[in-house]
Amino acid sequence: MSGVYVKRRSDRIRRNGRAFVVANSIFMALLVFVTLYPFYYVIIGSISGDSVGAQEIYFLYPKDLDLSAYSMVFSTTSILRAYGNTLFITIVGTLLSLLLTTLTAYPLSKQRLHGRRVLTTLFYFTMLFNGGLVPTYLVIRDLGLIDTLWALILPKVISVYNMLLLINFFKSIPSGLEESAKIDGAGDMTALIRIVLPLSLPIFATLTLFYAVGYWNSWFDAVMYLNRSRNFPLQLVLREIVQSVDLSYVAGGGADYSMSDTTIQSVRLATIVVAILPIMMVYPFLQKYFVKGVMIGAIKG
Amino acid sequence: MNRTLRTMRKDRMLYLMLVPGLVFFLLFKYWPMYGISIAFKDYKLGREIWEAPWAGFKYFRQFFSSPDCARVLINTFVISFGKLLVGFPSPILFAILLNEIQRRGAKRFIQTVVYLPHFISWVVVGNLVLMMLAPKTGLFSTAITAITGNDVNVLLDPDAFRWVLILSDTWKELGWSAIIYLAALSGVDMNLYEAAAIDGASRGRMMWHITLPAIRSTIVIMLILRVGKILDAGFEQILIMSNALVNEKCEIIDTYVYKVGLQQARYSYSTAVNLFKSACGLVMVLGVNTVARRWEENML
Repeated sequence: MSGVYVKRRSDRIRRNGRAFVVANSIFMALLVFVTLYPFYYVIIGSISGDSVGAQEIYFLYPKDLDLSAYSMVFSTTSILRAYGNTLFITIVGTLLSLLLTTLTAYPLSKQRLHGRRVLTTLFYFTMLFNGGLVPTYLVIRDLGLIDTLWALILPKVISVYNMLLLINFFKSIPSGLEESAKIDGAGDMTALIRIVLPLSLPIFATLTLFYAVGYWNSWFDAVMYLNRSRNFPLQLVLREIVQSVDLSYVAGGGADYSMSDTTIQSVRLATIVVAILPIMMVYPFLQKYFVKGVMIGAIKG
Repeated sequence: MNRTLRTMRKDRMLYLMLVPGLVFFLLFKYWPMYGISIAFKDYKLGREIWEAPWAGFKYFRQFFSSPDCARVLINTFVISFGKLLVGFPSPILFAILLNEIQRRGAKRFIQTVVYLPHFISWVVVGNLVLMMLAPKTGLFSTAITAITGNDVNVLLDPDAFRWVLILSDTWKELGWSAIIYLAALSGVDMNLYEAAAIDGASRGRMMWHITLPAIRSTIVIMLILRVGKILDAGFEQILIMSNALVNEKCEIIDTYVYKVGLQQARYSYSTAVNLFKSACGLVMVLGVNTVARRWEENML
């Protein structure tokens, strides 16, 4: 009797369970769709040809394959120059950030260092309170950085969050390793380069991603500090392309481009694709590392 | 004292390493703090800060007595509270449900997908959202028109637009905010679930009695920290997405500071509003951190 009861009960649970699994799978599939669809839409829109009427809309597949929007993007000087500017601030900025963050974080991870607490507090405080928009602008101006690409790099070259992340990581390395190197006569710099850095590659993968994405996506800094379009980064040019009603600006002032609405739209979309593709191709490979990075930051921070 | 000096001498390489970082913080973080003084002065561009005459609390009084004050404060709170209400529980729910997916490949794929929007700039995301919601051509509005038969344009309706801000922010950060909960869940002992299954517990009961308690302390800490940032309603997002028609209900403190400061060149006034906000923010974060620490101590 009780055996029958148990069997019936577990049957019910299994049936409940199956309904849940199905519902949950559908939910997850919907979530994936909702997340990816806008990106998919941009991609198919960018390769849909000129023959598509302005009122005709594509939702699921491109109407016909036409890569002319891309050839236009890659032949437009303002976009190419912006791409170059963004590459410059991303590469130089990330390298400089990694260097300076390491140099700052390493001494602050040493318990024995006099003044460590004062300095860490001094640096951490800037995370909670800052000068604000206008005072910061005035400083950047007084330093002569207006209209230079350095205005997009130097003011954020060290992120306090990333610095704390690195300090916590350095603290977790057993000190015995460095001590033994010291006994062999190595200085602090040698210990950092030879012993500590090789052990820190995973955290550096995370920091590289965080910094590089920050520089790649920088937009507001450029709005604030740049006036000459020669220096504009990709995000700023992208914003102008998206907002502008006609693309004569993008076409470099040449009146011979007579573009239809759809061409304008596909050039816009192609520019977006070009702007997000590098990030889309890189971040999945670093997932293992940044997940760990976020955890260290959340627990200790 | 002598010994301190001796160890400091021995560590001179470490101090040398700190020099560039120290210079950075002094130049780019502490020097602007001196500039805050223009909030109490009649500052005009082209003059040195110390030359400007003192104005006392004139610009603070100006802000508090202007109709803009209540408006931007209310907008900031409403939008920020909406983001808290929707954007805070969503990643928790998502993490709990993802935890129930058994196939590891599928789980990993879903995670990779939902992390994507976090890495994309607001310039792009804002444009994607506007495209999806655009009347006649956007997927969302087309779907609504097909279902209800009415044309809708949420982009021009101030109240609806607040929801656009809240939901697009939730969409962007859902996966990223879930990481911390997923990490906490991966540490749960699987034996607990097996034992519960033998006792005949249903999936719902297991989620309620095993999964949720496992991340409860994480939830509380994240909530406390989130409340400390309630004055940050999403500066870049709103600057990029909002338009003249919805501005009345979507202008927040930060975008107001930008508008009056750099577009209208009212430097002192803008800095006063900015200081008011950062001072309140500082007090809130410090208060909230104390609460979080107390709570953690009580838990141990």
